[in-house]
Amino acid sequence: MNAGERAVPTGMLAAGAATFRRDVVLAFRRPGQMLQPVVFFLIVTTLFPLSLSPQLSQLRDISPGILWVGALLSSLLALESLFRADLEDGTLEQWVISGQPLAVQVLARILAHWTVSGLPLVAAAPLVGASLAVPASAFGTTMLVLGLGTLCLSGLGAAGAALTLGSRRASVLLSLLVLPLAMPILIFGARGVDLAILGEPTRGPVLLLSALTILTLSLTPWAAASAVRISLE
Amino acid sequence: MATWTWFHKLGSPPHVYRIAGRFAPWFGWGALLCIVYGLFGGLVLAPPDYQQKDAFRIIYVHAPAAWLSLSCYTTMAVAAFVGLVWRMKIAHAAAAAIAPVGASFAFVCLATGSLWGRPMWGTWWEWDARLTSQLILLFLYLGYMALRSAHDDLQRADRSSAVLAIVGVVNVPIIHYSVYWWNSLHQGATVMKADRPSMPSEMLVPLLVMFLGFTLFQLWVLCTRLRAEILERERNARWLQEQIRDGAR
Amino acid sequence: MNQWASLGEWLAMGGYAAYVWPSIGLAIGTLVVNMMMARRRHAAALQRALRRLAIDGYGEA
Repeated sequence: MNAGERAVPTGMLAAGAATFRRDVVLAFRRPGQMLQPVVFFLIVTTLFPLSLSPQLSQLRDISPGILWVGALLSSLLALESLFRADLEDGTLEQWVISGQPLAVQVLARILAHWTVSGLPLVAAAPLVGASLAVPASAFGTTMLVLGLGTLCLSGLGAAGAALTLGSRRASVLLSLLVLPLAMPILIFGARGVDLAILGEPTRGPVLLLSALTILTLSLTPWAAASAVRISLE
Repeated sequence: MATWTWFHKLGSPPHVYRIAGRFAPWFGWGALLCIVYGLFGGLVLAPPDYQQKDAFRIIYVHAPAAWLSLSCYTTMAVAAFVGLVWRMKIAHAAAAAIAPVGASFAFVCLATGSLWGRPMWGTWWEWDARLTSQLILLFLYLGYMALRSAHDDLQRADRSSAVLAIVGVVNVPIIHYSVYWWNSLHQGATVMKADRPSMPSEMLVPLLVMFLGFTLFQLWVLCTRLRAEILERERNARWLQEQIRDGAR
Repeated sequence: MNQWASLGEWLAMGGYAAYVWPSIGLAIGTLVVNMMMARRRHAAALQRALRRLAIDGYGEA
């Protein structure tokens, strides 16, 4: 984190913004790696029609489930590396001794992670939706709930990734920890898509999912921060 | 000041080791008495249900198992919280001690629910809200135990699994209500919840006694396993050597 | 007690024996296994501690 020649703003928000910018820049330097979850998402959602039936009317009924399971698994993929490299090169220690609240740094990391892994999934959602016979009128809601859901998952995943730092078989363990906690997201999210496909009001699930996202983002940074501290002890 | 002494004493392994040893037999015999009476009352004395006939008797083990799995999770999370906040090692030991017990009873609850569902619903598994949230609870236990065993360092295992237990316990009500919400959208009221008049006392009393018995059993297991954990963790402490040399075990 | 005419009728559980008894058995089995594991852990830990004590010697305390 090079300070550069300019006067650098200080404070916890500035530090968080710096972390966010750094993470996003680093991710955009390796677009191939960034696109992996999206490709995975496309492949997984292709598996379902192949294994079930190509009839569009049937696919439409189960498309919310396919979309959500695909999105859930794809965002899990990118989670394991969330803190690992920074643990190895000492960035996490810098975070701790920087004097800035660790939870803010973690929150910046969560938002950056969502920007580079969640948003591409949201962008790919209409493509996948169209292939599963989701009507175009439902794309807006689908993208909204997927965006909220992946943000929520990034929060939960950050806690999981921080907890599994320095443990054996971290990637399987991470899924084991995060997936049960993610079930409410799946329920509300899939219901939102379902209602949107049926052309019914989607306010309920969307609001519930938003509430869940706000709750998750206000609590998990603290959990992840304390887990990071534990892993550095 | 005085109100806090007991709390600090709870943090001292010798004290807890002795207290747990003193209370354990009471819990154990109490649990045995309650469970034997509860089973007798439930299986022999209680009249058959007007709707479910004798199949309803599964409730005498199903419901207490569900209760135990939840109460173990709560105990675990409270112990984890105390351990994290006050850095009390003994609390971590208690959380570690109770997790497998809770997991095993979550499994019993699922299996007996399935056995109950077979004659009532006609299938071994119905996506009933209560069974589903119990299943997720079992997954949470498994994750907790997996995380604990994935760390070689005891302190780190204690502290990270404590964070997970707290995250989990915040999530349990959310999962519970979301599963209920999901379930009520996809099917009507479940068969088991059907308009049942309140239980007559000859049915209810054995059930309550079973709840008490399972709770006492949990306390007994907690005491015994906690003592084992203390013996393992404090094996180099002088008080322990004096304690076991004097024959007080 | 009056509801059961015989032991056989009680065991039959009104035709639900195949569901009731495995449930009860599983629950009791889990109670017993939990109990035995807890006792064994404690006994094993105590044995180890005693062995340590024997090796470290009685004299020092």
